[in-house]
Amino acid sequence: MDYDLTEEQQAIVETARDIAQLKIKKVREHYDKTEEYPWEIVEEIRKADLFGVYIPAEYGGLGGGAFELVLVVEQLSMACGGIALAVAGTALGAYPIMLYGNEAQKKKYLPDLASGKRLGAFTVTEPEAGSDAMAAKATARLEGDHYVLNGTKVYCTNGNAAEIYSLFFTTNPSRGARGVSCFIVEKGTPGFEFGRKEEKMGIRASPTYQLEFNNCKIPKENLVGSEGIGLLIAQATFDVSRPGVAAQALGIAQGAMDEAFAYARTRRQFGQPVISFQAMQHKLANMAMDIEAARALLYQAARLISRGGKQRWTKESAMAKCFCSDVAMRVTVEAVQMCGGIGYMRDFPVEKYMRDAKITQIYEGTNEIQRNEIAMSMIKEAARAGAGKK
Amino acid sequence: MHIIVCIKQTPATANIQIDPKTGTLKREGMAAAINPFDEYAIEEAVRIKEKLPGSTVSVVTMGPPQAEEALRDAIARGCDEAFHVTDRAFAGADTWATSYTLKMAIEKIAKEKKPFDLIICGKQTNDGDTGHVGPGIAAWLNIPNAAYVGKVEEVKEGTITVRRMMEDGYDILELPTPALISVVKEINEPRLPSLKGKLASKKAVIPKWDAAAIHADKSNIGLSGSPTIVAKSFNPPPRKGGERIEGATPEEKAKKLIARMKELKVI
Repeated sequence: MDYDLTEEQQAIVETARDIAQLKIKKVREHYDKTEEYPWEIVEEIRKADLFGVYIPAEYGGLGGGAFELVLVVEQLSMACGGIALAVAGTALGAYPIMLYGNEAQKKKYLPDLASGKRLGAFTVTEPEAGSDAMAAKATARLEGDHYVLNGTKVYCTNGNAAEIYSLFFTTNPSRGARGVSCFIVEKGTPGFEFGRKEEKMGIRASPTYQLEFNNCKIPKENLVGSEGIGLLIAQATFDVSRPGVAAQALGIAQGAMDEAFAYARTRRQFGQPVISFQAMQHKLANMAMDIEAARALLYQAARLISRGGKQRWTKESAMAKCFCSDVAMRVTVEAVQMCGGIGYMRDFPVEKYMRDAKITQIYEGTNEIQRNEIAMSMIKEAARAGAGKK
Repeated sequence: MHIIVCIKQTPATANIQIDPKTGTLKREGMAAAINPFDEYAIEEAVRIKEKLPGSTVSVVTMGPPQAEEALRDAIARGCDEAFHVTDRAFAGADTWATSYTLKMAIEKIAKEKKPFDLIICGKQTNDGDTGHVGPGIAAWLNIPNAAYVGKVEEVKEGTITVRRMMEDGYDILELPTPALISVVKEINEPRLPSLKGKLASKKAVIPKWDAAAIHADKSNIGLSGSPTIVAKSFNPPPRKGGERIEGATPEEKAKKLIARMKELKVI
C-alpha cells in the first residue's frame, strides 16, 4: 500500500533496502551461525548516512523523527533482524540524551551516534529487575565531582560493540523507583568491564552482554537530567523507541512472508506449484493482511510521535510494538509451515526469521507489560474525561 | 583535481536482445541502469576525489531524455555535477560519432566549468560491448590513454600511474595528465548510493545540451555521421537440448552412451 512517503522518506527506504538486499542478505547466515559482529555492514550503514536519520540536524543527524527510524529498521530487518539492531540499539542509547540530556551532553555524544562512528546501547535490566525494572540494585554514589558505579546490568543489546551507554543506577536506594537516575557511561572507563556474552535463540548477529561495574568512576556531568528521574527518562525513552522494535518485528514478518511466498511459487508437488493450493493461499492472505494492518498502525503511531506536541506516547507506542511483534511471531511460524521440511532447515532462511521474531515480544517491555500499559492509559484517559464532565 | 566520468544508460540485464529487423538494440520495456562497467569508473573517480581534497567529479552522458536518471544515480554515488548531452540528431551514433560527441561535450565542460585532469570510462558497455568509446575520446582529444586499467597506483600533480591488465600479466604505465583511462571491474567494489547523495541527486540541476550547444559538426554525429555500417546482426540461435541417455543404472547408461558414440563415429 502507498503510505504517502515524502521524497526524503522514499530515499531513506531505497537506501536502506539496497543495503539490506545487496549487502546483508548474503552474509546474514554467517553472522547468525558465528555470532560475530557484522562490522562490514555497520560500515555500509555509516557510509550510507543511515545511523542518524532521527537525530536533529544541529547534532549531525538528518533531522527526521521516530518515523524515519522506523523506515530504516524495517528495511534492514527484512534481511536480518539481528543486524538491524546496530541502528535500533544505538537509537535506544541515544534517546535518553536527546530527550533529557543537556546541551553539553548532546554536543558531546549525539554527533558520533548520528554518524555511527560510535554505537550506542541502553539497559535498565538487572538479574532481579526485569519487568520490575525499578527494583534495580546497582548503585551510583556521588563522591566529590564523580559518581562511583557498582553492580551488574544484564542483557545489554549492542553489548561490547557499543561505546556510549545510557544506563540506570540507583542514587538513593531508600526511595525505590524514585531513587533511580540515568547516566552516560563510556566504554573503556576503568571499573567498567564486560561480563558474560549471552548465547541466544535469535538475533544472534547482535551481541548481548552482561556489564559489570566495580568502583567505576564517571564525571558527575554524565548524570542525565537530575537525580531520581531515571524512571521517567526510561519510560519516555520507551515511548519513542518501541516503534523501533515494532519496525524490527514488521521487517522480520515481511521478510519471512517474501521468502515463503517465493518458495511456494516455485515448489511443485502433485504436478503444480504449491501456491496453487487454497490452503497455501489462505495462509498467504492472512500473513499479508496481518502485515499491512501492523504497518498501518505502526506508521501512524510513528508519525504522531515524529510530529510531537505531547509529552508521552505510551499507548500509541505500546500498541504498535505489541501488535507488530505478535504479527511477526504468527507470520514467521506460518512461513516455516508453508515451506515444509526445508523451512525447518538452517541453510534455508525462513527458520531464522522465526527465531529472530520471538525476542520482539519480549524486550523493551514484554507484550504482557505492553497490554498493561495500553489498558492503564485507557483507564487514565477515561478517568480524566470523567473528571472533566463534573 | 577535476575528473570527468563518461557513462551510458543501458538495459539493466545481461540478456541483451537485438531487433532482427533493424539490427539495433531493443530498448522498449527494458529496465535501464548505469552500465555496470561505468559504476567502477564512478567509484574510482570518487575514491580519487576523497584522497585528494578539493577535487571534483563531473559526469557526462550522451543519451535520450530518460538517461537523466543514470546521471542522478551517479550523483547519488558521489559525483558532484552532471551534464546531459541529448538531441534526436545524436540517435544511431556508432562509436566514432559517440566519441566525437562526448569529446565536444568534454571540451565545453572544460571551457565553461573547469579544465580536466583525468577522464575515466568503463572498459565497455554491456549492450554494445565494443570498448571503443573511451580510447576514441582520447584520440579525439589527443591525450594519452590506458584501457583495461585494473588499479590506479598513484595520482600526482601532472601524472597518473596505472596498472593495465593484459592477457599475460600487467603493464605499469605512467601517463602525463590530462589523460583518459578505462577501467575493468577488478579495480574496486562500487559503493551503494548514500542517503545524502540520494537527496542531493534529487535536487541536482542537470543542464541539457543539444548538438548546437556543444558546437558539434552535423556531419560527425548520429546515424548519418557514423562511418560504421552494420551489415547484419542477430541473436545467437538458442542451443538445442542435447540427447538424453536413459538407463536404470549408471553402468547401463555408460554402456548405452559408448554405443551411441560409436554409432556416431565420435570415438
